[in-house]
Amino acid sequence: MSSILDLDLASARSALQKKEVSAVELTETYLSVMSSNDHLNCYITSTPEKALDMASKSDHRINSGDALPLDGIPIAIKDLFCTDGVLTTAGSHILNGFIPTYESSVTENLWEHGAVMLGKCNMDEFAMGSANTTSYFGAVENPWRSDDRQKSPLVPGGSSGGSASAVASRLALAATGTDTGGSIRQPGSFCGIVGLKPTYGRCSRWGTIAFASSLDQAGPLTRTVRDAAIMLKAMAGHDPKDSTSANLQVPDFESALTNDVRGLRIGVPREYLLDGMPSEIEKLLETGIEMLRTAGATIVDVSMPHTKFALPTYYIIAPAEASSNLARYDGVRYGLRIEGDNLDDMYEKTRSVGFGAEVKRRILIGTYVLSAGYYDAYYLKAQRVRSLIKQDFDLVFDNVDVLLTPTAPSDAFAIGENDDDPIKMYLNDIFTVPASLAGVPAISVPVGLSKNKLPLGLQIIGKMFDEELVLRVGGALEGMAGFKSRPAGGA
Amino acid sequence: MVQLLKGETGEWEIVIGLEVHAQVSSEAKLFSSAATKFGAEPNSQVSLVDAAMPGMLPVINKECVRQAIKTGLGINAKINLFSVFDRKNYFYPDLPQGYQISQFKQPIVGEGFLEIEVSDGAKKIGIERLHLEQDAGKSIHDQHPSRSFIDLNRSGVALMEIVSKPDIRSGEEAGAYLKKLRSIVRYLGTCDGNMQEGSLRCDVNVSVRKPGEELGTRCEIKNVNSIRFVQQAIEYEARRQIEIIEDGHLINQETRLFDPNRGETRSMRSKEEAHDYRYFPDPDLLPLKFDDALVQAIASDMPELPDAKRTRFIEEYELSEADATLLVEERETAEFYEEMAAGRDKKLSANWLGTELFGALNKEGLSLAESPITAESLGRLIELISDGTISGRIAKDVFVDMFESGEDALDIVERKGLTQISDAGAILELVESVISDNASKVAEFRNGKDKLFGFFVGQVMKKSQGKANPKLVNNLLKDKLG
Repeated sequence: MSSILDLDLASARSALQKKEVSAVELTETYLSVMSSNDHLNCYITSTPEKALDMASKSDHRINSGDALPLDGIPIAIKDLFCTDGVLTTAGSHILNGFIPTYESSVTENLWEHGAVMLGKCNMDEFAMGSANTTSYFGAVENPWRSDDRQKSPLVPGGSSGGSASAVASRLALAATGTDTGGSIRQPGSFCGIVGLKPTYGRCSRWGTIAFASSLDQAGPLTRTVRDAAIMLKAMAGHDPKDSTSANLQVPDFESALTNDVRGLRIGVPREYLLDGMPSEIEKLLETGIEMLRTAGATIVDVSMPHTKFALPTYYIIAPAEASSNLARYDGVRYGLRIEGDNLDDMYEKTRSVGFGAEVKRRILIGTYVLSAGYYDAYYLKAQRVRSLIKQDFDLVFDNVDVLLTPTAPSDAFAIGENDDDPIKMYLNDIFTVPASLAGVPAISVPVGLSKNKLPLGLQIIGKMFDEELVLRVGGALEGMAGFKSRPAGGA
Repeated sequence: MVQLLKGETGEWEIVIGLEVHAQVSSEAKLFSSAATKFGAEPNSQVSLVDAAMPGMLPVINKECVRQAIKTGLGINAKINLFSVFDRKNYFYPDLPQGYQISQFKQPIVGEGFLEIEVSDGAKKIGIERLHLEQDAGKSIHDQHPSRSFIDLNRSGVALMEIVSKPDIRSGEEAGAYLKKLRSIVRYLGTCDGNMQEGSLRCDVNVSVRKPGEELGTRCEIKNVNSIRFVQQAIEYEARRQIEIIEDGHLINQETRLFDPNRGETRSMRSKEEAHDYRYFPDPDLLPLKFDDALVQAIASDMPELPDAKRTRFIEEYELSEADATLLVEERETAEFYEEMAAGRDKKLSANWLGTELFGALNKEGLSLAESPITAESLGRLIELISDGTISGRIAKDVFVDMFESGEDALDIVERKGLTQISDAGAILELVESVISDNASKVAEFRNGKDKLFGFFVGQVMKKSQGKANPKLVNNLLKDKLG
């Protein structure tokens, strides 16, 4: 049984096509380890019947020679993607009992490629969080255990914490996530797996519950860079239902994985080396630099002067958009309603009970920065700074092909550790937020272990719509790093 | 002319600006493919986007953009090749998204103007802007004692908000502006202009000042849904403001409602209670960009608008200004007129359309489209009058028949033997017989009682059952009595 779980997506795909394993068999194996690992709280909803039904259809197609690219691959879906007929929560109480009558474009694409849905993954409420501790459905555990805190469960990162933990724990072959400021990459780093945030516009946002519309982007969490390439190919594509979706052909990302980095210019922005950052993060970056240099890349010291403004800029723009995006959860049409004495009372009670503390905090921040008299000082200024940050990327990419940075400023911390200090929590996104604001693609690849024997990732950032090069360099780094460590928990 | 209102302290000038919400004529909504038909079953024309289901995204309907450009050209306005959709945030149950998608800082259409005709001549009214926005749904409060119902059919329907400059100075001007605007959008087919169904709604900004002084504090009267009500609301509101100021108080800037039953305006919310809409660019939509070629293509496909048509009618058909103005107000009327008058007497056609046909239609409560008499058919009646087949007098009877039966004029004339008698010999016989039958009246006439001439005409006409050619009757009578 464990041998089946050891197969990564690419290997499982080949085993399925060669009929060494059936889709039903593979799916049953995953369903069984899912139910014996409930304590990790990776899933809000599991969909075993749907999974087996999809798997048997996959088997049918494989057996009749009509196999689809992802036929029989059991995957997990972040509970931010609306799934037809399946409870969709966004990790929030406010969507209480909400069962969509429609399927998000990204998941629809995956099913059309033959993938099998295991269930809906836990996440920070409305994707707001960096530790997966803000979910109405409880915190998610990271399957990794720290050496010095053996008993204390760790966070998987967030907001796609359920997805990351599920993949790291082998409770899914791969998972979808969404990344607004680092919500795929940071949990990827914390859980020792690959997390890819594609270019803004690469994957449709239609049917994905919005957090911050100008930043939200769906992407995969996988065990390997190749798996990420395979998943992205299935998830991506132009969607006329999303005006911000890019009208571009989806390349065959997998064929970009040549491992060849010779002659590439790889920039290391000096602004990403922070005072007071753990030395092991800096050391990890040096390891990455050395590997790529050895492989024939040229390492270039670059400057991106507006990097330090990225985090405050992000924490104005994202809450501003969120405060408006979340206005529709008013108790009138779907989800939770707490009756009140009058309309305003109903609104107040519903939203007070329905939203958690972090969501309320961001709605308040967002409402404030858009208010008359504050708009220019906050929102408008943040938009201007965002342009400068984008310009930093435009300029630097005239000089280099990709950037190499740490993914997160630390390894995974204990559940509850940063909950009382929002600023400290927000600092988790310091390396991931600039690429989000610029819209450029970025991947986190596990490269080493911290002194606590916890995984640490490095981030490769590329030009707009150049996921191919991001994946190529990520693949090369992955190969050289040879990260083979496994978490203590999970299947 | 500035219409001044007399107060206790002197004369006051009313300053009016109008914000018109015109529903765009389009098959689908501004950002969704749901239908827009008026009067459908509640909540039967609602897409996932209109109901603001989680994860739904707006996609601009290009047809609505074309309609806005067309309207912009129709009001002589600058078309902005780059414009931005913003979110206007507020909570209300019939606003499912919790925000309305509108255009705030960068509208699709910039400054323009309209020419209006009022009793003392023509006047130009400036237009500040036209922008596209979504309509809200409808809250229904009278179906249940403690609950409200929501109909989202209208939610997301495209509106053009057309904002005038504060150039309007009287209720009459406001009415003329609305009529002209309504006429233009109907000519263009960009809005059906139906105020009763709410396709055209109006917010009225009113302030008063002593002539020559700075603008006063204004009040906005929301959602006035007929031209008459707009005029009543302005009249009432101006009087109310003058009284307040003359009593030594200040005007509160506020939003007011017009109560058509009582003919008065009432406070709805004060400036302090006004919403902070927190406008910001909608991140779900890219800025709206199109090139000048699109504008040119739309411009080259514009129908002749009422002002141009009116000028042409006056020059080409030698109609009076009053007739021309009346005929061009509605595109349908102008088209009816041109079809009816083609190759026929223009002035006579205008009279018959304006007086007889509209008179009859109004009496029956019918629109021109429902007229039992077609343009061509009415035109043939004009021909019969012009060529002397029937007299104008007989034509009126024929018209009544036509209106009832839809029968052709000539058929009626032939069937009823109404052809005018233009045979001078036949008429002379009638004239002579009238003269011999009324010897005493003839004597009075010859003694100077000129008024009796009409009596003799009447008698001859009566004898001919109205068919005698009146001109010949006149001439022959003059001869014989002279």
